[in-house]
Amino acid sequence: MVLGEGHQRFIQTMMIRGIVNEQEAKTLHHHCCEVHKEHYVADKLEEFIQVVNSKLESLNMKIRTRASEDDGMPCYALVNTANNQLTRMSSDYADNELELFRRTMDLIMSSDDGTASSTDILNSADSLQTRKLTMSAAECLLKRLVSDDWLVEKQGDYSLSTRCVMDMEPFIRTMYDDEQVKVCAVCHCLAFKCQICANPLCTVKIHNPCAEKYFKKKPVQRCPGCSELWPNKVTECRQSVSQRQR
Amino acid sequence: PTTSQVQKGMEKLTKAQIDEKTTELVQYILMKDQKKIPVKRADIVKNVLKEYKNVFQEIMNRAQQRLEQVFGFKVVEIDAKNHVYILINKLEPAEGSEMISGNPKTGLLFVILSLVYMKGGVVPEALVWNTLKKMKVDLGERHPEFGDVKKLVTDEFVRQRYLEYTKVPHTEPVKYNFTWGQRAEVEVSKHKILQFLGELHSQDPQRWSQQYKDASSQRSSRAPQPSTSSQR
Ligand SMILES: [Mg+2]
Ligand SMILES: [Mg+2]
Ligand SMILES: [Zn+2]
Ligand SMILES: [Zn+2]
Repeated sequence: MVLGEGHQRFIQTMMIRGIVNEQEAKTLHHHCCEVHKEHYVADKLEEFIQVVNSKLESLNMKIRTRASEDDGMPCYALVNTANNQLTRMSSDYADNELELFRRTMDLIMSSDDGTASSTDILNSADSLQTRKLTMSAAECLLKRLVSDDWLVEKQGDYSLSTRCVMDMEPFIRTMYDDEQVKVCAVCHCLAFKCQICANPLCTVKIHNPCAEKYFKKKPVQRCPGCSELWPNKVTECRQSVSQRQR
Repeated sequence: PTTSQVQKGMEKLTKAQIDEKTTELVQYILMKDQKKIPVKRADIVKNVLKEYKNVFQEIMNRAQQRLEQVFGFKVVEIDAKNHVYILINKLEPAEGSEMISGNPKTGLLFVILSLVYMKGGVVPEALVWNTLKKMKVDLGERHPEFGDVKKLVTDEFVRQRYLEYTKVPHTEPVKYNFTWGQRAEVEVSKHKILQFLGELHSQDPQRWSQQYKDASSQRSSRAPQPSTSSQR
């Protein structure tokens, strides 16, 4: 089976865009089929992507999907599946810059809320093993990492962007302890920003949007792991279209 | 290396090794292309193939095939002596996308390419700066979209081989001319330039009779089908 021009256009566009939300992916699917007058079926985006992925697989590439931890809306990104992320980033970042990025990831992975404060990150800049980064160079680097969509910044705290998580997942699962690699008990995807069970012996974690869905019709909210009462406030998640990640 | 040497070299490699190197080369070329940096054979050998350098052509052929079949990109050698390659897009630019409304840098580049084309292939830099100034793109000021305009035009576009910026000999102070670069020659069809100008001025391309004739003959030639650069 050979890819049609519609598939190729989809791949090219995904490479340029980086990450798109569900609506953008659907529109792009339609556009690609239209332009090349290829057979289009609405709501068959997943099948279309499967065809694309069947050809990308042997090139260690894939179009992956991940729901935003804020509003649960799915995003799509073309990512590498090999475990060599930092090597690939070395064409854009110096070795000490990559080391600071790695330290930032370490801070995020060992946090309880998936964030690293800019203070903690900038302090790491001083004690790098490769080469020290000045305060201003480190601040510049953080701006670039946000602009290149590896990190997201909110009120001085940094977290991994949705695209970064999709791209780095093999690396994260290999390089960090089971304890640090949190997984949502409902959707089984990596969890950074999530609710945790009140029971100190229970390790269950649930994304906010997943909790909203899971506890929706349950009159009493109990942990799916240990049945303790779930203490977290389960609020209505914003149903608006998720923000573009760039 | 001779054909039989290449064959012998390939026989020593397992299928997994061949596939692995092909994948690496595809990703390397895509990464360079994303930055519009032409790919040199010497760099491929140094950074990707390494000890597999004897089988360069075989691995390169496979990589080219994947780039065409999966991504719709064609590998074109723009320098046969030094073996330098770029990717061109086999897909035609889609209506309503990109050419004018997309990446603003591309719009700026097209203005300059068109100007050079309309003036017969070479233009003194002063004319380019004056034209841009009329479009409110002033060398003297930092542009909100393009930043340092002179750097973008004389450094970035030149490095990407869209333009050539050459000294005019015996000029004091030194003056430069602009011509199309190798990538523009391959990627941008004259027809697209006329289309761009037509859209810009809402006129029928056939009004520029000589240039249009010239472009029509290029289109039917046996040269690889040029297309406008993909948006990066
Ligand atoms: Mg914190
Ligand atoms: Mg030339
Ligand atoms: Zn979840
Ligand atoms: Zn529990």
